[in-house]
Amino acid sequence: MNLDDNEERPSLREMAGQAVRLARATKWDEFVIENGIRLAGMSAIVIIALIFFFLLREGSPAFLDIPLRQLGGSRWYPIEALWGLLPLLYGSILVTVGATVIAVPLGLTTAVYLGEFAPTWQRELFKPLIELLAGIPSIVLGFLGWVTLAPLVMRLGAPTGLTAFTGSLLLAYMSLPTIISITEDALYAVPREYRDGALALGATQWQMVWRVVLPAARSGIVIAVMLGIGRAIGETMAVMMVTGNAANIPELGLGVFFEPVRTMTATIAAEMGEVAQGSMHYHVLFGVGIVLFLITFAINSLATRLVGGGVRRRSGGML
Amino acid sequence: MTDSYRMGRAGSPRLQANKRQTISRMGISRVSLLIFILAAALVLAACRGGRGGTGDQAGAGLDRAIQNKGSDTLVNLALAWAEAYREVEPTISIAVTGGGSGTGIASLLNGTVDLANSSRDISENEIATAANLGIDIREYVVAIDAIAIIVHLDNPVEELTLNQLADIYTGRITNWREVGGNDAPIILLSRETNSGTHVYFLEEVVRLGDRQNRDIFAPETLLMPSSVGITSELRRNPNAIGYEGLGYVDESHEKVIRVAAGPGLPYIPPSLETAASGDYPIARNLYIYTAGEPTGEIARYLDWILSPVGQAIVRELGFVPIVDGALD
Repeated sequence: MNLDDNEERPSLREMAGQAVRLARATKWDEFVIENGIRLAGMSAIVIIALIFFFLLREGSPAFLDIPLRQLGGSRWYPIEALWGLLPLLYGSILVTVGATVIAVPLGLTTAVYLGEFAPTWQRELFKPLIELLAGIPSIVLGFLGWVTLAPLVMRLGAPTGLTAFTGSLLLAYMSLPTIISITEDALYAVPREYRDGALALGATQWQMVWRVVLPAARSGIVIAVMLGIGRAIGETMAVMMVTGNAANIPELGLGVFFEPVRTMTATIAAEMGEVAQGSMHYHVLFGVGIVLFLITFAINSLATRLVGGGVRRRSGGML
Repeated sequence: MTDSYRMGRAGSPRLQANKRQTISRMGISRVSLLIFILAAALVLAACRGGRGGTGDQAGAGLDRAIQNKGSDTLVNLALAWAEAYREVEPTISIAVTGGGSGTGIASLLNGTVDLANSSRDISENEIATAANLGIDIREYVVAIDAIAIIVHLDNPVEELTLNQLADIYTGRITNWREVGGNDAPIILLSRETNSGTHVYFLEEVVRLGDRQNRDIFAPETLLMPSSVGITSELRRNPNAIGYEGLGYVDESHEKVIRVAAGPGLPYIPPSLETAASGDYPIARNLYIYTAGEPTGEIARYLDWILSPVGQAIVRELGFVPIVDGALD
């Protein structure tokens, strides 16, 4: 019995060998998987680096060969080699600011309503609908804007329907789904104890939302807004169709929103197709791309800075 | 025994959990990798597409392709002809390249092309060079490029001079009242700067054909990506003015302005006849030049271009055909 027992039991040496084999197999396995992941991650970085390098290589001649004063000029007219970037910058910023002013209050209030006040059936009906909105191709929205929004804006008294305001309206509409669904997710991620605690202290539902839930979800909301702005500034086709593409800087005033503008994205899209490769025009268009890249980069860093600003990890919610 | 047994059991779930985590992490990075690869592929494809420009159809079963080079205004039309001619004569291939009218004529004189496309008359210098080389240049008008000035149907303005048009498009005149219309701001519509029509309008109207003149479009000009963009904005905006190739005009939806070459000169409506006769001021002939009397396949190709079939393509691309039948 004792002997049998001894025979069935693997010797120490055998056990050690098994453990080593197991460990080896695991190591080999993990080696492949780990390095696979590393490779995938690295390739993403490498591809981004390559894109950035390509952008810099093609765009830098514009900044090296053209005097800065000319790039800062107020006329953009490639035929006469007038490379003033100001009207394009102005157009992009105006349209994006307009879109943000329209979309952020609308988006935040919609998300707060859906997340905190709406009955369940409404939430279940509207949330998928809003997410569906995000899936509409921008060219379709651009066409709708061209056909319906532009005549509407003209009826408001604008000299033409193709204005910065029309573009802002369209972009606001396009960034709403992003803002609403991410804000709603951020609100949802606020721990239940926060609400319970606030209500237990005698706060009304409104006080609870305004004083407790919204501040707790701050970082998620900031990201929602930034992603919304990002969508707006990078949008091309829809904007090209409704903003009129006049590289003009009208006199400042509230009326500027009702003047046509030309955005950086629309300029690249409209002119890149026919430009001779290697010409100055070609390089300047890539230069416009660099400026656009820097602006989005600045917005992203600003978002990171704002989110990082002393908010506890937990309250950030889903991110 | 119990120890080792437990060890094995305790080990494996942890391992599985580890694997599961790894796999799901890998899933995410794979997706993002895929997106990046797709994006990169798109970027590359876009770059290649930009380079693709003018097609080259040489070497399709014949000893030598017919070489056709010149004006960029004509390049799309020439490509359309070459493509359509394949169905007529599948064995003949025609190589089309742009580069400008001057390049085309120079190549013709060098003997490297058979047909030179040009959007301008051949110059005295070029004729002299040809004579020195003993080349007898033949000129064929293959199409007419006429630009119609169009406004909204409700606009009371019927006629404008070229000088008024230049003042309007450079922003020196900004109200319709100044040219006999309503008291309303003028909304300027134009094609994008990369369009041949834009350049022609710039040279012939905005600068009045004066090579020293450096005037350019007013910054308020709305630049439309297509002719359709111009016409549809024009149809709903009573204060807009625009221009387009005569082939695109639809007089039931837009009013065509009569244009005078200068103050005191007669106002001429654009039409096939006035464009062909040269009375209408914003029109130019588009030419094909050959070195000597064309023969064989080249002569047959030219005949086909000037036939109603070839001229129907002229109209499709927004130019004025030179054969009456092609208009209907």
